Amino acid sequence: MSITISAMTKRFQKTEVLRGIDLDIAPGELVALLGPSGSGKTTLLKIIAGLEWPDAGSLTVNRSDWLQLAARDRRVGFVFQHYALFPHMSVRDNLAFGLNVRPRAERPGKAVIAAKVNELLGFLQIAHLADRYPAQLSGGQRQRVALGRALAIQPRLLLLDEPFGALDAAIRRDLRRWLRGVHEATGSTTIFVTHDQEEAFELADRVVVMGEGRIAQIGHADEIHDHPATPFVARFMGATVELPVTLAQGRALGAGLDLTALPRRALPDGSATLFARPADIRVMPDAVSPWRVAQVVSTGAELRVALTHPDLPEAEAVMPRRGTAPLHQGDAVTLRIEAAALFPASRREAAPAPQSENRKKEIAR
Amino acid sequence: MITAAAPIRARRVLPGFTLSLGTTLLYLVLIVLIPIAALILKGAEIGPARFWAIVSSDRAVAAFRITLIAAAIATIFNAVYGLLMAWVLTRYDFPGKRLLDALMDVPFALPTAVAGLSLTALFSANGWFGAVLHPAGIPVVYTIWGIALAMAFTSVPFVVRTVQPVLEDLDRSLEAAAETLGARPWQIFAKVVFPAILPAWLAGCTTAFARSLGEFGAIVFIAGNLPFQTEIAALLAYIRLEEFDYNGAAAIALVLLGFALVLLVASNLLQNWAARHREALR
Repeated sequence: MSITISAMTKRFQKTEVLRGIDLDIAPGELVALLGPSGSGKTTLLKIIAGLEWPDAGSLTVNRSDWLQLAARDRRVGFVFQHYALFPHMSVRDNLAFGLNVRPRAERPGKAVIAAKVNELLGFLQIAHLADRYPAQLSGGQRQRVALGRALAIQPRLLLLDEPFGALDAAIRRDLRRWLRGVHEATGSTTIFVTHDQEEAFELADRVVVMGEGRIAQIGHADEIHDHPATPFVARFMGATVELPVTLAQGRALGAGLDLTALPRRALPDGSATLFARPADIRVMPDAVSPWRVAQVVSTGAELRVALTHPDLPEAEAVMPRRGTAPLHQGDAVTLRIEAAALFPASRREAAPAPQSENRKKEIAR
Repeated sequence: MITAAAPIRARRVLPGFTLSLGTTLLYLVLIVLIPIAALILKGAEIGPARFWAIVSSDRAVAAFRITLIAAAIATIFNAVYGLLMAWVLTRYDFPGKRLLDALMDVPFALPTAVAGLSLTALFSANGWFGAVLHPAGIPVVYTIWGIALAMAFTSVPFVVRTVQPVLEDLDRSLEAAAETLGARPWQIFAKVVFPAILPAWLAGCTTAFARSLGEFGAIVFIAGNLPFQTEIAALLAYIRLEEFDYNGAAAIALVLLGFALVLLVASNLLQNWAARHREALR
């Protein structure tokens, strides 16, 4: 299943949910749509499933136009965020639903359906739950049944909407590994939506970062982590410390900042904004720096240091507790930035323009 | 901030338990239980042989038969129409929807005698509908159809108002899931939506049926009240009372009470059956 989405837009009343999406997905790929809520990722997934319709753009799957096909004819396995299991049917009947509703001519015999359901129950490791109702299952079990119900129709494409959103951390990790296994065993093209970076990067071959109805960046974990394409991606990836700096010949400079660890950038001279993760910031005593230590909190392994500046918002640094010289409230310190993303300052406030978005995407590819 | 040491007493979060429960029970006894008990005692003093003679008299049997058949017709009609109405009110947006929704309560609010009068006026031979139906050989007024019509009018909100909230709360992603699994629209309705609203729909239908059995005001105007033909049980009980035949009235009323109780039990059993997947949790 190769999927091509181009120039897709969608609005709900006055809100633009998708503002021009271009995306290609290769057969057998496992792709994550990652973004904060309201970024349009679920809407995009629902359009691919046929549960929503775009205002403009095209959706081509294996060279056929899927916008001409109803959801029921697309043969897509869709796993809903809250599972949407049929409450009045047992697990067995839920799994068999997709086969039971086939037109008589295509419907397999009763024995074939029963065999298929038994096979799925075994494959999903839920054979002992076969005769229970959804209300009697735990969240993780429901998720398995929901996935099994989608797999029963042998989908050409598997779509999952926040598949682990409602589960606790231990079960999420478990199911993540299990889903990866299912993807490899079935070989179907899979797209899932998540707002959890860890989940996206651990599970997916490729991650599509979405923000405000646009694709902000497409890439692998390291790429997106080290080279965010836009300030939005940088912030979303955890670079919560934003500092104004001055660029001169590709070098960044700022009062109270030690930026010698950053490589030279091919950016024009002038003011710029630096985005850094708290964990990439070290603090060092420096009597003339405007930065002051406001608070030091230890989590045992790490020290979280709140830093204040007379003219800037508060910043945070996180460093290992062992090997760090003792810090005290009120100490004047220099911030040594080990890694950061830099964007010319003018782009900081303005919403990213679509043209430059596309250019960035090309680079990311 | 020093407080005197006092023994700790667990307190109810909601106040007024004793008062509210006491008031409720008193009210229930005065308004519901005592009248029913009086009716049963009145019936008991007749004695079984006399009781049987009254309720198995030709006129009484005919009245029960007419009441039950007309109520059944009205309920079947309301089961279909009420479901459709609830569906339209929850699933579509159209101008005038709120007005239509409000109109659904008119049969509740309207005095039943007014309903009976207006239906009679409409369906009598020179009324708007009757002028068409009568020449076509479909008399409504003074027939069992008129009785069923009056019953349907007064009891339709029961079906609409029990199904509507359940349909509103139904998770739309269930239908979306069924669609992605390849189900056609009628399969989605039959296999996903209908089972979900079945308990509420059954409850609505049985209450509508029970209400139809007891309907009086709307019917007496349109039925013509001919003994053996269009005389309903509630009216017969009333006539007996008018004749100072308290025993006769009580016996007939007891049978109606019996019907109502049987319906209530049947309704609960059906609902439990239809909601058995929820029961399994307990």
